[in-house]
Amino acid sequence: MSDQPSYWKVFLTFARNSLVRDMTFRVNFLIQCVTSMCWALMNLGFYLLIFHYTAQIGPDSGWGKHEFFVFLATTWMINSVVQAFFMPNAQEFSELIRTGGLDFALLKPIDTQFLISFQKVEWSSLSNFGVALVLLAYSLWELTHRAADPLVINPAMALLYPMYLAFGVCILYSLMISLAATSIWLGRNQTLYNFWFYITNFSRYPMEIYQGGFGDPLRIVFTYLIPILVVVNVPARLLAQPISSRDSWAPLAAFAVVATVGSLLGSRWVFKRALLSYRSASS
Amino acid sequence: MYARLCTWKTILRICLEERLVYRGDFALGTLMRFLPIVTQIFLWSAIFAARSEDTLAGYTYHDMVAYYLLTMVARAFSSMPGLASGIALQIRTGEIKKFIIQPIDLLGFLLLNRIAHKAVYYTVATLPFAFVFFLCRDYFEISPDLPRVAAFVASLLMGFLLGYFLEASIGLIGFWFLEVSSLLFVYMLFSFFLSGHMFPLDMLPEPFHTLVDLSPLKYMAYFPAAILLGKIPAESLVPELALEAAWLAFFVVLSRYLYRRGLTRYSGFGG
Repeated sequence: MSDQPSYWKVFLTFARNSLVRDMTFRVNFLIQCVTSMCWALMNLGFYLLIFHYTAQIGPDSGWGKHEFFVFLATTWMINSVVQAFFMPNAQEFSELIRTGGLDFALLKPIDTQFLISFQKVEWSSLSNFGVALVLLAYSLWELTHRAADPLVINPAMALLYPMYLAFGVCILYSLMISLAATSIWLGRNQTLYNFWFYITNFSRYPMEIYQGGFGDPLRIVFTYLIPILVVVNVPARLLAQPISSRDSWAPLAAFAVVATVGSLLGSRWVFKRALLSYRSASS
Repeated sequence: MYARLCTWKTILRICLEERLVYRGDFALGTLMRFLPIVTQIFLWSAIFAARSEDTLAGYTYHDMVAYYLLTMVARAFSSMPGLASGIALQIRTGEIKKFIIQPIDLLGFLLLNRIAHKAVYYTVATLPFAFVFFLCRDYFEISPDLPRVAAFVASLLMGFLLGYFLEASIGLIGFWFLEVSSLLFVYMLFSFFLSGHMFPLDMLPEPFHTLVDLSPLKYMAYFPAAILLGKIPAESLVPELALEAAWLAFFVVLSRYLYRRGLTRYSGFGG
């Protein structure tokens, strides 16, 4: 028998346990699914209203109605995965630090970051992933079947899109785990969720909208320093605006790879440093 | 009468002290709450830049930014975080017993509690609010006359009371349902989109516009902002305010009725 735990098997156990717990309260689970879908649909309503008044977001940005819906679907997919797998755990982590429960996680013969990152899965959050897939399929159908300049999806796009989705999830995960780790220093981090919401709010729109004296520095900070703008922008642009000649996005796509690796390594470093400062809360 | 005033004063003082414990965190939180507006400003700037006309549903770009800032003020009055769920929790845990035994009225006590809460909030939040409004002063191309300012203030105060009695009514449904979180969720969903918090309600196409215009939700965010921005004609100010007062009276009566009926249903056991 090997000393190394099988991480995949442990993860599957976590996922199964969470599913069993969710299925114990089936109606509650269904209500959660429906409610998160309602928020998404209301949001869609807001954008439909906006496109009632304008043909695109930003002059000559190329983000017309269906292109933007591809963007929106991408946002929902990435967020639903993050919310399903990481959000409940990050919140739990802050609580573990405050109550001293982290002692038990540290004692287990498995990587602590893995243990606290994957322990819980909120399956109901994945319902938005389904809604996003429908919206994506509809928008792509509209884009590929429009009369003028129809979109052509090539195999490279089909391959790169899910890959960049995964990169986006990794960047958001890194940011979240770093934020959660700060609660070791702060004692308690109740505003974690708020802060998270306010920061990721910037990633919900095409980066072209951040322009002007205040917008340019904002765009640069949130692209290169805290790379949340590449999370949705790169995969969405890859699919919706592949032959954009306005500015070449290839460097940005390459940077997204660097940003993903950098974020993961950075968050790992922050997490380890934070653990070193942990002084158990129990007696 | 004097004794009652003393009781109110004491309740207010206790609540004020309770709220002032975390004032630093409070001020920072208020400032952070403006962050989503930053993205909204950029979004609308991009939308207006892509349009050939200067106005959208009667709003210029500057109007739109001013609108979002003013709805923040309106929401600061009308939002009641935790009120409905708190009442439902008190019903469920039986804590509501103390209002049956003691000569204190639940709705009156919680109202004083909210007034204290809001008073502290405005005291601490004035600075961040003033700072943000000063930064954005160029967006306000308005010169409201005195009646309009008076109507604005009246709509804010009534918005506070309306928000309070509406949410209290939802919480009191807990006498029948015990758990009101899903009901509250539906309310929050509608309130978020149809109060005007998300976009000016003038943008809605018919028949939705007329429907939303008649609902009490618009007084929570849209109405005060629209008054100050001059989107409500001067001759409609009084009828509109009267309609708001009617909605307020309706929810005052409803919450009283629900509380009285609820108490007859309520049964508490044990200590």
